[in-house]
Amino acid sequence: MSLDKTDVEKIAHLARLAIDEGDIPDYARDLNNIFGLVEQLSEADTSDITPMAHPLDANQRLRADVVTEVDQRETFQAIAPKTEAGVYLVPQVIE
Amino acid sequence: MHNKTLSELSASLHNGDISSVELTQHYLDRINTHNAELNAFITVTEDKALEQAKAADQLLQQKTAGALTGIPLAHKDIFCTEGVRTSCASKMLDNFIAPYNATVVEKINTAGMVTLGKTNMDEFAMGSSNETSFYGPVKNPWDTNRVPGGSSGGSAAAVAAKLAPIATGTDTGGSIRQPASLCNLTGLKPTYGRISRYGMIAFASSLDQAGPMANNAEDAAMLLNAMAGFDQRDSTSVERDVPDYTANINDSLEGLKIGLPKEFFGEGLDSDVEATVEAAIKTYESLGATIKEITLPNTGLAVPTYYVVAPAECSSNLSRMDGVRFGHRCDDPKDLTDLYERSRGEGFGVEVKRRIMTGAYALSAGYYDAYYLKAQQCRRLISNDFQQAFNDVDVIMGPTAPTTAFNLGDKTDDPVAMYLADIYTISTNLAGLPGMSIPAGFVKGLPVGLQLIGNYFDEARLLNIANRYQQNTDWHKQTPDAFK
Repeated sequence: MSLDKTDVEKIAHLARLAIDEGDIPDYARDLNNIFGLVEQLSEADTSDITPMAHPLDANQRLRADVVTEVDQRETFQAIAPKTEAGVYLVPQVIE
Repeated sequence: MHNKTLSELSASLHNGDISSVELTQHYLDRINTHNAELNAFITVTEDKALEQAKAADQLLQQKTAGALTGIPLAHKDIFCTEGVRTSCASKMLDNFIAPYNATVVEKINTAGMVTLGKTNMDEFAMGSSNETSFYGPVKNPWDTNRVPGGSSGGSAAAVAAKLAPIATGTDTGGSIRQPASLCNLTGLKPTYGRISRYGMIAFASSLDQAGPMANNAEDAAMLLNAMAGFDQRDSTSVERDVPDYTANINDSLEGLKIGLPKEFFGEGLDSDVEATVEAAIKTYESLGATIKEITLPNTGLAVPTYYVVAPAECSSNLSRMDGVRFGHRCDDPKDLTDLYERSRGEGFGVEVKRRIMTGAYALSAGYYDAYYLKAQQCRRLISNDFQQAFNDVDVIMGPTAPTTAFNLGDKTDDPVAMYLADIYTISTNLAGLPGMSIPAGFVKGLPVGLQLIGNYFDEARLLNIANRYQQNTDWHKQTPDAFK
């Protein structure tokens, strides 16, 4: 497997990351090295092995369906880049 | 004053030899004198610290104080602290004033401790040398041309240089133990789920765990007492009673069965580090322990497994950093995609971007089974190895890191070489087991750590094993000359 410039651009877009054109060769080299390391996993025999998603194999804990959080909109929006009338502002999405 | 243990400080505070304000001011003065050289703190909260110290002094006078009341500490800048910048050492959160406290911070405040400030770290805890911080690298107090380890490098340097009596850290692949090893500290990563992750900025949620970074095992036990416990706000927190971690710290080690995994003593381990670790294990034999060679045959899979699981989880966790609700936003975005891409492109450093892209690719359509699922299966193999080993032994020992502290800049151009700095610590996180690093000696003036790995919820036993060693050695009492 080898990731090229187009792959890196595609992955960066999937991850919503703007990266400088000039840095792409370095990212391509580093990602290829990382996936080169990861390739070693293919040698492991994992037939019939249950994937381990949680170290203690715990189940999701459930709680009663009651309101536990109080409204903290003003506190949380005080640190937002841009708000107006209690909503977060982003560039226009719908023409 | 700064060479006392927590229980000595506690005694001095309780019998009135010193006030918390005086003690806090002493550490603030030390930070003032030494931080420029080490870059251990991102934010020093002087005014808040003195306020907390005054409140602690009142409790001490009223004789309603606890064991930790009035003792200062430093928090890794990954824990949300209400009203104080919580940056995670990233440009992305340089302007982020946390609106609430992490559970760890809340519990430590309730215990009456005094927060001196927030310590430097690798950006979003991604690194093993503290060189990925937006605020610049931390220097190792034992040799300021060298790294302190990472990601909890600021906490490690602060405690090693006596700028704080103790500190919090977090460990996703070795981020408490490896810097503890490189800076001559006692660091403990508890069992996954033992300490709440609420308000601890998430890197890899199935691996992250907080813990104490201390000058000795007893101090670590005292802070763990305050940090541990069930928290309903963390869905992976474990409902299990918290013992007093200091209660059995002096128990005999007679009959203790120590397992030495042969995979931890092979190629890549510095021979002087190996000799130092072997000498430490000899000390345990003299304390009544028996040694058994064991095997963890899938150790070689740990680093590649980790570099699928951790980046996959980080790519998901860090998607919340989008320039909309908090954190960095780019100037003049032309549309929503541009807002996301440039805010994130500008806000994250190179290593964080590398890991997000690694994770995004590993999780992308068509690759999930080959990478993430395969890694989760390998994770099970690694975990099974440990359970097999714990049928025969009580504790596993080996080196914490393959070398002593390396030079600043040595590995920054080669991410994979950097990743191998955590080769002995990562498997513990994948299995969710508790692990410690304790000072075991020096090679050419640089500290070497001995790693102790226990079975699930064996923190008290690990602290006992560490404490007995420290009662018979004085490596942990060594301080770098410039910071005595």
